[in-house]
Amino acid sequence: MNLHEYQARVLLKAAGIPVPDGDVATTPAEAEAIAKRLGGRVVVKAQVHAGGRGKAGGVKLAKDATEARAHAEQILGMTIKGLTVSKVLVVPAAEIASESYAGVILDRASQRPVFMVSPAGGIDIEEVAAKTPEKIMKLGVDPRYGLLPHQAMQLAFFLYSDLAQVRAAASILRQLYAAFMAAGGSLAEINPLVTTPDGKVLALDAKLSVDDNELERRPDIAALRDVKAENPAEVKARQAGLSFIKLDGTVGCCVNGAGLAMATMDLVKYYGGDPANFLDIGGSSNPDKVVTALEIITSDHNVKCILFNIFGGITRCDDVANGIVTATSRTKLPVPIVIRLTGTNEVLAVEILQKAGFSALTDMDEAVERAVALAGRAA
Amino acid sequence: MSIFIDRSTKLVVQGITGRDGSFHTKQMIEYGTNVVAGVTPGKGGQTFESRVPIFNAVADAVAATQANASVIYVPARFAADAIFEAADAGVKLVVCISEGVPVLDMTRVMPYLRERGVRLIGPNCPGAISPGKAKVGIIPGRICLEGKVGVVSRSGTLTYEVIHQLSRAGFGQSACVGIGGDPIIGTNFIDCLTAFQADAETEAIVMIGEIGGTDEQQAAEYAVAHVTKPIVGFIAGQTAPPGRRMGHAGAIISGASGTASEKMAAFERAGIGVMKRPADVVPLLQEQRVSA
Repeated sequence: MNLHEYQARVLLKAAGIPVPDGDVATTPAEAEAIAKRLGGRVVVKAQVHAGGRGKAGGVKLAKDATEARAHAEQILGMTIKGLTVSKVLVVPAAEIASESYAGVILDRASQRPVFMVSPAGGIDIEEVAAKTPEKIMKLGVDPRYGLLPHQAMQLAFFLYSDLAQVRAAASILRQLYAAFMAAGGSLAEINPLVTTPDGKVLALDAKLSVDDNELERRPDIAALRDVKAENPAEVKARQAGLSFIKLDGTVGCCVNGAGLAMATMDLVKYYGGDPANFLDIGGSSNPDKVVTALEIITSDHNVKCILFNIFGGITRCDDVANGIVTATSRTKLPVPIVIRLTGTNEVLAVEILQKAGFSALTDMDEAVERAVALAGRAA
Repeated sequence: MSIFIDRSTKLVVQGITGRDGSFHTKQMIEYGTNVVAGVTPGKGGQTFESRVPIFNAVADAVAATQANASVIYVPARFAADAIFEAADAGVKLVVCISEGVPVLDMTRVMPYLRERGVRLIGPNCPGAISPGKAKVGIIPGRICLEGKVGVVSRSGTLTYEVIHQLSRAGFGQSACVGIGGDPIIGTNFIDCLTAFQADAETEAIVMIGEIGGTDEQQAAEYAVAHVTKPIVGFIAGQTAPPGRRMGHAGAIISGASGTASEKMAAFERAGIGVMKRPADVVPLLQEQRVSA
């Protein structure tokens, strides 16, 4: 789960990291009031889970509170990468002497948290890593001991030469690690970490991603989820225990298991079609899940054909068949459906489906090919 | 022979009385796995299905039954401690089926296991099966066939699909190992390639990877220098959008890294037969002169 910048700022601040003043607004009037309180020039920033906010016009400098209001009016309600902006962060426009990058990620290869710092901050760190890797210092942390003081100093010396700034940055890095661990993070980033003309070190932007698996034991973090900032169909799917990601194609896929779901999407492409979604109905699925899955798929008007691909291991094919029959008896399907089932209770499933007027296939390639053909004909 | 599990495996089931644990324990016993003990705190002294003794702790189970492997079906929030417990009890192979284990927990588990010489398979995996000998986990036994193809995969049902394609064409398996879909896992592709290369019964290897991370690329490089047996490989997620987690916690393209095309190119460079779809597995094995 990704947190908004304004939420990440609160967590970093609570860990002791110096973060500029500022607040979040949901209306232009609120933005104006915050700007008035801050005084002077401010920056109005869209709070949305998408990169490239600046390029999309979601980050604007205002010379006073009146202009901040005008910017907020423009930014609130705008769409960035398909997501509607419903909140803006208003912060003072800082005087900047230098911009650096500081971040910690859970590194898969070394199986531990890894710090990355770079004096080339303010820009995409992946670009820095690709073009000028010598400008990045990486350091793995043993989670049993945490980021040791001398390690934090070593990283900070890579950024600054002034000892006061080095000490300030080292302290920020240790606080960043504490915030990362406390939130159950998979990534925590300060970009940019700036120095001001009077020598202070400040976190100007903050990004925090939390491992979804941590949310159950961290209800305070889970409560930060902003469902309004997510695709409504994806929210509905998550609440039903389904894993769903919307795509742009015409073949609506419903599969059990994430790997098979991806392989099914790939096979749709292989046969010349385009998948409309990734949808994993999970392991021990009950008919209700299938009903919700069908509702989600058919609410996408791009879908021209529905494709079920079920390999019954723990999932029982008859459960899925019952779900399809239940769902379609409530509302008629607006598009054709192709069903492939094999494995546990497949004979029973085929009987259930045939009784309800559906046919079922057992071969994956045959089913996908047929679904692609049906979707193509409808388009 | 086979890898990791066989007829000498004496299994203790952690979470044997839970919904998943009890269901799959029955299936494992039915398949012929030697399930010697179960563990559920508070139910020590009882018996599962009037044949498997239940203990309060793994240490008690090991002391009484000499169990040498453990399988974990406990809820995700207890899974890390269950792995620690198995390691402390002296078990040398731990298979963790539980899905949803916090990744930070795994950063603490892994060094602990390494220091004690314990192999972990998973978490978030279907486990392993050595057809005709034993199964530890949830892979459906009836889709497997005894034979000489080693299968290693990050997925669950996609693994079943490929096993199904193999068995249908008469290509049996020496062992199938689901290593799990999480970002941090105990046993990776290289570990399995090493084991399959050393296993006299395995004549060819099927690798099923997916987007996210660099495990497949590293395994491909490793294969060039260390594996003489023919390999074919598949990567799921060729149509996955970047930056989105595709069900599995580890299946995410980060920036430009971890894409299917990058992994398929690594396979190609290493002389691994690249499957474009699951149904290619048998023809590609035949191309590499592997017979059923």
